[in-house]
Amino acid sequence: MISDVHRSEAAPPAEARPPEPRGGAPPIYDSARRQDPFWEELIEAWRYRALVVQLVDRDVKVRYKRSLLGVAWTMVNPLITMGVLTIVFSHLFRFDVPNYPVYMLSANVLWLFFSQSTVSAMNQLMAGGALLTRIYVPRTLFGLAAVGTGLVNLVLSLVPLAAIVLLTGWPITPAVVWIVPAMVLASLFTLGIGLLLSSLAVLFPDVKEMYEALLPAWFFLTPVMYPASILPEGYREWLALNPMVYLVDAFRTPLYAGTAPSLETLLAAAVAAVVTLVVGWAVFTARADQMVYRL
Amino acid sequence: MLERDVAVIDARTTPELATAQDEVVLRLDRVGVKYRVPTEHIRSFKEFAIRWLRGEVGYREFWALREVSLTVRRGEGLAVVGPNGAGKSTLLKVMARVLRPTVGRVWVRGSVAPLLQLGAGFHPEMTGRENVWLNATLLGHSRREIEERFEEIVDFAELWDFIEAPLRTYSSGMVARLGFAVATSWHPDVLLVDELLVVGDQSFQQKCRARLEQFRAAGTVVVLVTHNMLEARDVCQQALWLEHGLVRAAGPVDEVTAAYEATVDTL
Repeated sequence: MISDVHRSEAAPPAEARPPEPRGGAPPIYDSARRQDPFWEELIEAWRYRALVVQLVDRDVKVRYKRSLLGVAWTMVNPLITMGVLTIVFSHLFRFDVPNYPVYMLSANVLWLFFSQSTVSAMNQLMAGGALLTRIYVPRTLFGLAAVGTGLVNLVLSLVPLAAIVLLTGWPITPAVVWIVPAMVLASLFTLGIGLLLSSLAVLFPDVKEMYEALLPAWFFLTPVMYPASILPEGYREWLALNPMVYLVDAFRTPLYAGTAPSLETLLAAAVAAVVTLVVGWAVFTARADQMVYRL
Repeated sequence: MLERDVAVIDARTTPELATAQDEVVLRLDRVGVKYRVPTEHIRSFKEFAIRWLRGEVGYREFWALREVSLTVRRGEGLAVVGPNGAGKSTLLKVMARVLRPTVGRVWVRGSVAPLLQLGAGFHPEMTGRENVWLNATLLGHSRREIEERFEEIVDFAELWDFIEAPLRTYSSGMVARLGFAVATSWHPDVLLVDELLVVGDQSFQQKCRARLEQFRAAGTVVVLVTHNMLEARDVCQQALWLEHGLVRAAGPVDEVTAAYEATVDTL
């Protein structure tokens, strides 16, 4: 029974297992032994982290292979946006904001990260979902990859942002390191929203359209382009219900004001991020077994 | 608990408990998979919300698999035959850990590698090299393992001339060769194949068969879903004949495929 190829190999004794099953006891899958899906998914997502990295790498590469300007595009895009917005807002609508380009763009890159990653989490699950019906991979894979890709793009867009800060003669202080925790919290929040939306979008394709229609409204309810101070008293309190207000503020303050974000802002952002992620993860993992029937 | 269950089964069939227990790689115990199909196709969330409020959301239940039990030992090949819609692909999904059975139990010892179909796990814009990496990572292999095997994979697929070209420039045969080479470059404990021996030209098919035979000799379980009875007899010793989600017959491949062919011929 043993083929020539195997006989010719140096070591294996007669009844040796093939070299592969990597050291120790082979893994055993038993459908009757079910861990809680919330924790099981967390363990599996960690085990498959190399795959998340591969998918992010793929998405980033594909994006830049396709476009003529490549990575340069990420750099040029904010510059164009800045030009247009500076003209429109510094001359047409006059907000009383010093260095408006930095004020606006620092918040805008974070908003773009959030909106693009959440939409992409849904798209990737629906487009790549066939994979989930053929081979076992953690189902949160696409959500994680979408946020990972968004994060890479966010980091890349920090380069032109820094250029604009310097060009406009704005100081960069050591407090700038605070954007790191802000980005971490924004990622957790984004993943939570992305997973929540994904579990709905698998069932109903129009969820994606509804969300994309709602996004601009959400954008205007978040002080990205305008300072919160222009809102009349009665409306400002309502902003407190919008988690993106804290995340945007936590990211913008170190860049624009050159100081650490306030403790209240950080706490509110952290609570919003963690609660959203836990809810999103719980809803998604509870539905994940059923998703395979829908993809 | 696990050990005991296996032992009970083996005690019935063979006296050499210790070795036999070691041999079982794949066991299904009265497995059933129930699909819940909405009675009417609800296309949108709006529609669903309205119907749900009116209590109009109905489901029809449909068993894709029912009462399927089987045991496959090390080195055995299992052919799964039956008409379209018999539940063959659902069976593979249950073994691949993709679908969780509604009732019953699936038990697998070791690694499971499905032979990915065209399109799944490959990206047209990326090069052959990048796709090998992506596909092998999907199968759960580490960076070091892939580095070790990379040359062997490309050798087997005979694609050194095209490995830096984007996959969209490949013919479908070339993609299939690459897919087969990646999936079979490691010895999985269970290899799941869904109608895929129609890969490439005659000589490549020969190579695929030889490799599957080598796998079997090394102890890999091959589960092959096929409509080609010759292929089933060629690769497998055991066969399972599914119909409407039920096991119509199970046993040695020659008997089962002959019985199946007899019913197909009378139609």
